[in-house]
Amino acid sequence: MRKTLFESFTRAPLTEAPPRPDDAALAELAANVDRAARRRLGRSLAIREVDAGSCNGCELEIHALNNAFYDLERFGLRFVASPRHADVLLVTGPVTRNMREALQRTYNATPDPKWVVAVGHCAADGGLFAGSYGVVGGVKDVVPVDLHIAGCPPSPLQLLKGLLALIEPGIAA
Amino acid sequence: MPLAEVISQGQRVAAHRPWARVIVTAQVWREVTQRLAAGRVALLGLWGDADKDGAAPAVHMAIAAEDESDIAVVTLPCPERSFPSVGALHAPAIRFERAINSLFGLEPIGAPDARPWLDLGFWDLEHPLGAARPAPAQREPYAFLPVEGESLHQIPVGPVHAGIIEPGHFRFTAGGETVVRLEQRLGYVHKGIEALMAGAPIERGAKLAARTSGDSTVAYGIAFAQAVEAALGIEAPSRALYLRALMAELERLANHFGDIGAICNDASFALMHAHTGVLRELVLRAGEVAFGHRLMMDRVVPGGVAGDLDAEGAARIAGLVQNIRDRFPQLVELYDNTASLQDRTVSTGIVRAELAEKFAAPGYVGRASGRASDARKRPGYAPYDRLDFTVPVLTAGDVDARVWVRIREVEQSLALIEQILAALPAGPIACAVPDGSGEGLGFAEGFRGAVLVWVRIAQGRIARCHLRDPSWLQWPLLEAAIEGNIVADFPLCNKSFNCSYAGHDL
Repeated sequence: MRKTLFESFTRAPLTEAPPRPDDAALAELAANVDRAARRRLGRSLAIREVDAGSCNGCELEIHALNNAFYDLERFGLRFVASPRHADVLLVTGPVTRNMREALQRTYNATPDPKWVVAVGHCAADGGLFAGSYGVVGGVKDVVPVDLHIAGCPPSPLQLLKGLLALIEPGIAA
Repeated sequence: MPLAEVISQGQRVAAHRPWARVIVTAQVWREVTQRLAAGRVALLGLWGDADKDGAAPAVHMAIAAEDESDIAVVTLPCPERSFPSVGALHAPAIRFERAINSLFGLEPIGAPDARPWLDLGFWDLEHPLGAARPAPAQREPYAFLPVEGESLHQIPVGPVHAGIIEPGHFRFTAGGETVVRLEQRLGYVHKGIEALMAGAPIERGAKLAARTSGDSTVAYGIAFAQAVEAALGIEAPSRALYLRALMAELERLANHFGDIGAICNDASFALMHAHTGVLRELVLRAGEVAFGHRLMMDRVVPGGVAGDLDAEGAARIAGLVQNIRDRFPQLVELYDNTASLQDRTVSTGIVRAELAEKFAAPGYVGRASGRASDARKRPGYAPYDRLDFTVPVLTAGDVDARVWVRIREVEQSLALIEQILAALPAGPIACAVPDGSGEGLGFAEGFRGAVLVWVRIAQGRIARCHLRDPSWLQWPLLEAAIEGNIVADFPLCNKSFNCSYAGHDL
């Protein structure tokens, strides 16, 4: 184990330079998030992930944000275990009818100010699953959404472009 | 041969390929059930069927011969909307039957567990795939299994879980720190995929199949393509079959690296998770360069594959294999030599061999408990019949064994990838998919076990598609494996199974 640890000191880090935040994401946040809430943005944020019905593809790429290449925590963004500790809800999937109540309760358990980021095509409007008896639709049909990140699934880079908009200095009011 | 005997007792459906489907009487259905209970045939799947509005209801059972070289589908029409319960004699059938009842309204007579499954009481409809009707306003609360005993307490977990993970409910009963019982309640991510499939064009069906369980999108793509191709009597060209296998092995690698790290992470050994995370990322990037998508979603299509592998892609994959061969052995040594980690994984979460056998447990869950099954070998499919690889089987059945099976499979997948790149034939990457009718069954080895897809096509559209995730035969074993272990070892056990929620829930 020691050898593996010490080798990390001699090798160059794998962590890559971050992308610029997505212009569309900045615009969506500016439009959706009121001034008072925006005053809290531009800083370190705690994220609670909620799978509201996804195929798990989005979760795989969200996990990748924590790997050595993307290293999400260096931006002050970190995942937390409870909505009660969270600033942001990161929600995937078309909201299934079976998850609607759980999503609502998780949202209600998140203290204000909070932001909701809907990840993936399904989270936008139900995607390929829209219209099914088992599906409500997009996340915005259940809780207010501040930011959408598109993709199927969005790659870690696409996720970063959206998430970094939340802490972009210019976004704070 | 046991299956030939079963097949001879039913009315053969000519349009069903490549294995036989026979329509039987209730008497023969019961006899097959007895063979399952006696362990002479294995249950691969059990699902319902109906035309629009619930007409012509039936149930189908997919069974495999003892050595798994042969498969058959046995059908019982259910004009009375009921059928003799298989679960009454053979426990692995219980959840399948509960789901059939909830989705189709077909009652398993004599079933030991009559509670709904997948229907959590939130839909507007009851029996959505059968004779659907509006759901009643008042639903009965779900009756978790009763518990009696001194100083027992319950811990309800989920559906929303603490990590970046799919939702499901786990109801623990514990005596102090020790788990006395785990009862699962799944269905939270049920999207109604099979209803969306009904009447869909094949292309849309392929996209739905690819999104049944995102981590197995290639395996589902292959099984769906196999089923469609069998139904329509077409064969994907050889180059396509090799490219499918290449993608399948990359998918296996990516998931095994993710799992090995995540299992260690749940024992607080983050170092392994960090390093295997790097390997997983390298696999996904190679997948993107070679096939245009990190998860290779929608790259396998009925008739072949969506895009070809060029020299750059092949070189990238060859480089990846070398990179992994350079880095992985050190990580295996790290796993093996860290005493505190071995302390957590060895003898934790044991799945007894008899249970693995009874459930015909697919994938690494079965292989870590002595059950040597692998769809690539038996029944087998091209190009694996021409490739050299072994299937690792261990017997301890604990978390450690499920890690070691994955380690060995990584080694096998690397060898398979090298062979595929060397033997990749020239030629077209897809054949035309005709408008036609037929029935087909696909059976492809995903990273967690064999994915079964059954399809009935009518005039170029999907009339009925059933997707059976290997997790159906693994989730129940997790309940058995955690008994007697401490609550704190549940994440470790759960990760060592890594069952699919979405694949199971449909």
